[in-house]
Amino acid sequence: MMLRVDVSKRLGEFAIEASFASEGPVTGLFGASGAGKSSLINMIAGLLRPDRGTIAIDGETLDDTAAGVHVPTYRRRIGYVFQDARLFPHLDVRRNLDYGRRMNGLADDPAQRARVTDLLDIASLLDRRPGRLSGGERQRVALGRALLARPRLLLLDEPLGSLDEGRKHEILPYLVRLRDEAGIPMVYVCHDPDEMRQLATQIVMLKRGCVTAFGGAEVLPTAIPPA
Amino acid sequence: MFDISPTEWTAIQLSLRVATVATLVATPLGIGVAWLLARRDFWGKSVVDALIYLPLVLPPVVTGYLLLLTFGRRGLVGAWLADHLGIVFAFRWTGAALACGVMSFPLLVRPIRLSIEAVDRRLEQAAGTLGAAPWRVFLTITLPLALPGVLAGMVLGFAKAIGEFGATITFVSNIPGETQTISSAIYSLIQTPDGDAAALRMVVVSILIATAALVASEWFARRANARVHGN
Repeated sequence: MMLRVDVSKRLGEFAIEASFASEGPVTGLFGASGAGKSSLINMIAGLLRPDRGTIAIDGETLDDTAAGVHVPTYRRRIGYVFQDARLFPHLDVRRNLDYGRRMNGLADDPAQRARVTDLLDIASLLDRRPGRLSGGERQRVALGRALLARPRLLLLDEPLGSLDEGRKHEILPYLVRLRDEAGIPMVYVCHDPDEMRQLATQIVMLKRGCVTAFGGAEVLPTAIPPA
Repeated sequence: MFDISPTEWTAIQLSLRVATVATLVATPLGIGVAWLLARRDFWGKSVVDALIYLPLVLPPVVTGYLLLLTFGRRGLVGAWLADHLGIVFAFRWTGAALACGVMSFPLLVRPIRLSIEAVDRRLEQAAGTLGAAPWRVFLTITLPLALPGVLAGMVLGFAKAIGEFGATITFVSNIPGETQTISSAIYSLIQTPDGDAAALRMVVVSILIATAALVASEWFARRANARVHGN
């Protein structure tokens, strides 16, 4: 997978001016809150339109403002796991998981479904409504839902952000398994250097809307020793 | 006392038919308008908004007269519809349904609009990232989540349509068997010597229908809410 991003976008007082190319498998977008990480992945997802620039995956152009190209979100085949899960409250877990397959007109694939529900340990939750799930369970179902839509790229926007420390350690291993077993390239947004070290293979450092460094784990700030 | 005459039965059935048809035809239109007002910005939006609410604040007799001018036999739209599609509103029960539909439209649209506005747009975005085109997002996410409001709007609209009087009698008059609804029947009975007992019967009937509509709406709303909030 090759993801190329070269965009600028003004949002009120804040401006994003970012350019990078990454091969994955896990590209980490790292930076403090307000650095423009979420805006950047919203542009990759097509939820936000850049003012100028291009976004392309494997040579396929998704955005090119000069040529007037903007592929709408639903045609991008880019999965998105939001910080707040965003499960559909009126559908049970089974139908939440099945949603992307139905919307993309993909054939029913019980083997694939079983693989994903096993990988994420959510097989026992299938008949429940999202209202009856814990935060960690919700996030795992959201992961499964995104995976089962068979995306060519998976965006994760601080998927552990709304969870407490204990829950984070509950989900992190699933993300590592996902990286090593599912074979879907990911863009992972977070502001926790430890999380980044465990997951990301390439890191894009963002500061006030600009890319300040690009590379491996060495670009991450070293942990501050406990006082 | 409870010996309802054939004329009265006819008026009751006609009222139910008029209100049902008015509600069923107005609902899809109301959903569309509510969605536009809730989710889209367009030129002239405030004008559309005002137009929809106009029947609520205009004297019903004015709305009825405007309908007569527009949809009457010689009205601009009425003449065209009669000549080209064979649809006649003037002095027909269909005209009563049109009058009731127009009068109840603001009451129908408002709860639907509010409930669509209350649907979390982030869920709609999530559906988009899963490959759902905008119209499928609407059908599979927005509409099901707004269902309590849609049902509330339908019941309110239906209740208003059942009770509509001023615009209906102005537009399609008060013809027994064709345009005489419960309201206009009560009006006629009150004008008739010895009509009191019959008028009272019709009053009881309309109270029963209104109460049943309210109970039904409560029941629907509770069921729909439970469905939406998923426990």
